Amino acid sequence: MRYLPHTPADRRAMLAAIGVPSVDSLYRDVPASVPQKPRFDLPDHQSELAVERALTALAEKNVAAGAVPSFLGAGAYRHHVPAAVDHLIQRGEFLTSYTPYQPEVSQGTLQYLYEFQTLVADLFGMEIANASMYDGATATAEAALMARRVTRRNRIVLSGGLHPQYRDVTTTSFKHLEASVVALPPDPSGGERAVDAIDGETACVVVQYPDMFGRIADLTALASACHAKGALLVVAVSEVVALGLIEPPGAMGADIVAAEGRSLGNALNFGGPYLGLFATRERFVRQMPGRVVGETVDVDGRRGWVLTLSTREQHIRREKATSNICTNSGLCALAFTIHAALLGADGLARLAALNHAHAVRLAERLARIAGVRVVTEAFFNEFTVVLPKPAVPVVEALAARGVLGGVPLARLYPEVPSFADRLLVAATETNTEADMDRFAALLAEVLQ
Amino acid sequence: MTATGPGTTSGHRGLLFEEPLIFESGTEGRSGVDLPDPPAVADRLGGLRRRTALGWPGLSEPQVIRHFTRLSQKNYAIDAGLYPLGSCTMKHNPRLNEKLARLPGFADIHPLQPVSTVQGALALIDTLARWLKALTNMPAVAMSPAAGAHGELCGLMAIRAAQDARAAPRRKVLVPDSAHGTNPATAAMCGYTVEAVPLNARGRVDLAALRRALDGDTAAFMLTNPNTCGLFEDEILEQAAAIHDAGAFFYCDGANFNALVGRVRPGDLGIDCMHINLHKTFSTPHGGGGPGSGPVTLSAALAPFAPVPYVVHDANGFRLVETAGDAAAGLAPLGRLKGFHGQMGMFVRALAFMMSHGADGLLQASSDAVLNANYVLARLADRMSLPYDGPCMHEVLFDDAFLKDTGVTTLDFAKAMIDEGFHPMTMYFPLVVHGAFLIEPTESESKEGLDVFVATMRSLAERARSGDAAPFLAAPQFAPRRRLDETRAARQPVLRWRRSNHPGEAA
Ligand SMILES: Cc1ncc(COP(=O)(O)O)c(C=O)c1O
Repeated sequence: MRYLPHTPADRRAMLAAIGVPSVDSLYRDVPASVPQKPRFDLPDHQSELAVERALTALAEKNVAAGAVPSFLGAGAYRHHVPAAVDHLIQRGEFLTSYTPYQPEVSQGTLQYLYEFQTLVADLFGMEIANASMYDGATATAEAALMARRVTRRNRIVLSGGLHPQYRDVTTTSFKHLEASVVALPPDPSGGERAVDAIDGETACVVVQYPDMFGRIADLTALASACHAKGALLVVAVSEVVALGLIEPPGAMGADIVAAEGRSLGNALNFGGPYLGLFATRERFVRQMPGRVVGETVDVDGRRGWVLTLSTREQHIRREKATSNICTNSGLCALAFTIHAALLGADGLARLAALNHAHAVRLAERLARIAGVRVVTEAFFNEFTVVLPKPAVPVVEALAARGVLGGVPLARLYPEVPSFADRLLVAATETNTEADMDRFAALLAEVLQ
Repeated sequence: MTATGPGTTSGHRGLLFEEPLIFESGTEGRSGVDLPDPPAVADRLGGLRRRTALGWPGLSEPQVIRHFTRLSQKNYAIDAGLYPLGSCTMKHNPRLNEKLARLPGFADIHPLQPVSTVQGALALIDTLARWLKALTNMPAVAMSPAAGAHGELCGLMAIRAAQDARAAPRRKVLVPDSAHGTNPATAAMCGYTVEAVPLNARGRVDLAALRRALDGDTAAFMLTNPNTCGLFEDEILEQAAAIHDAGAFFYCDGANFNALVGRVRPGDLGIDCMHINLHKTFSTPHGGGGPGSGPVTLSAALAPFAPVPYVVHDANGFRLVETAGDAAAGLAPLGRLKGFHGQMGMFVRALAFMMSHGADGLLQASSDAVLNANYVLARLADRMSLPYDGPCMHEVLFDDAFLKDTGVTTLDFAKAMIDEGFHPMTMYFPLVVHGAFLIEPTESESKEGLDVFVATMRSLAERARSGDAAPFLAAPQFAPRRRLDETRAARQPVLRWRRSNHPGEAA
């Protein structure tokens, strides 16, 4: 077996050094009635070539989004990742290291995490950020849990514009805590009055920006209303590229930003692994979940980095920890950091402008199709359209014609019948004018 | 070379580079990405165009490559040497797995594409689930948890849902003193109170104490097996019987499954629920902190409560059940724990690892992992101190009794190992022994490599015992940094770069 170094002679010599006749005797603490070495209905070992063949055959049964015009978003946006990113994250010193528990031999990881924390805080206009969470949905749930700790209040208000999976993960996370989660109904028209849902028991309002339906709206008034009642404003972001072009949540009064950071540096990966971002105000740092890297010096006075403030964390505080998170999304954070370093402020602004322009042009094209209405007025790279027919079969018909034409809201909101004819459409820098023409033409054809 | 050796003009020393932060070397107006001019459109931003300046630095591609290459050189890694971090299973990460996870048919598929366009991905998840169920002899597995701790949350929530459904809610979870911190932290997140169960003199759970602690309010007992002292819980069947008699569930933290794969199936031990860290046992790279993947195997009693999403197979092929409302009659999903469908990128790698090994190779791998740990035990037992007798499983636990009165602590010893070119073992965990050294060599290490390691550990132990504490206290000397001031980092936290952190230093 190619990954196992021992020869039979090595094993014999080692058993002799241990003083036992066989490996079986090392398992003598396993109760005798427990079967050992059962026969499995599983294949035996295979060559690299054989495994590659088998899994490549499975991969080829999928339609890669990059192989066809693709306009899917809903929390996962397809972007071009520069070749340098994937090259660098595959360096073994990054890929095959553990969490930086021994800082003297982990300065590479610690330094990039410190850069990552700075990039994330700056992107959102916040003061500090942690070293990552699992994904945008779990980061949002953790933000609501943190708001409960900070305010010592037990009522969480979720805007109807929050991604329904972020909503569900948050609701599930609160299921067994003495707290209530109030989820406002989804309202693509923008008529929601989250302000009216805040009372003196409210720990936070969680609102998404841009929201689930693609809308962007000023959050300043909502932040003020939260603060007037002693509540926090949590802003969830599922498309970080937007922040290259629109005001950051921190500038509008957000107290915590929880985001999906996968758009930078990372592939779509069918939904995982993704990258949870978590940013907040300095004064809340001791209630923040997750790992955090801080600057310090070594005994020679040279600058260096360490994991810090670990008295918040499970390995020290156990049941009193701010979260149970241990393994996070380190390598995805590295990919984000490298992509961000390549882009710089100018590059991100340009990338965002390109996304927005493509989305505007796509919206114009789709609005010209008979019976199709674009219902999102202000948006970044995604918007909602109303079709004259149920969206699910339309999307199936488009897929059969070689276009991945958006996400039917019915897939995410099966409980809302009035969403049956709504389609969520995204455009990024990866979509060409020809892609958009083809999508519009095929949609018109399918709708006839 | 010593850290205070001759100064150089550049600050670098040969291949040891001093590397500034990207914020210190970046310049406004530069970018490492070429993007076309956006087509001219009237914006639809609703007046929310960004006014707040963005402070991201500008760098070209060669600068970025050089920066991160230099950073990488400051890290220890499995690829560089032995990484015996107990409980973490730092085994070799095969590169085939990296290649396969990057196939466009896996890496470049959107989680919400029509299911007709992702049948291969759903088949892969289903196949991986089949392997996990076979290796554990458990009937169901929830695939979406993102890591071990997340799997614990999934498992305890399933337990809570099952008990609440019987209208018999219970409020208490028992964990051994030796448990990993995530166990009690997770129990608290599920609204449980946590009660610790002591160990016996042999480093196993004290069965009598467990029996006393179990009562009508106990929801579950969370055990790591082999336990965090590296020992198989030899009374596990009695534990299971006592837990089940009390109407509680038996949760197993599967972080140490690497000792058992292919030989002992947790389902045969009376376990109701176990998470599996694909980033430990099944070799998905730890990536400096993550990502991981923590599928949870479930007994028949817990399976109906598995969270959404999950994959089902019907006449039209594979399909995803993504919302509780879509679940079949009789199932009561506990909710949703993660966006989308779980860690697909890790699933591909883990399945490639399993297929490469096969049932025969997985048994050989766990056997070699246990052999290696016992070899280390046998070769170090007369120089270091063992709190509990062996044989051990895939990791071996020493305490610091052998360092008594030497002036050298476990931490000092660990730092001296760095100077010898090894990554230290896990230290000060588990908490049940003083100054723990938890050493897990994994099956990836050759006998020659282990011989150098044990020779080094023996000589360090001898040096400490001979009264030569100075090199330990000064260690590490040969790392990119010497000991860092962790107290200062925590007292005056500096958690991000700001120009004002380093007046005059910034570019
Ligand atoms: C015994 C044990 N339990 C649980 C965990 C948590 O697993 P993860 O880091 O994947 O969340 C670990 C990992 O360090 C562990 O060693």
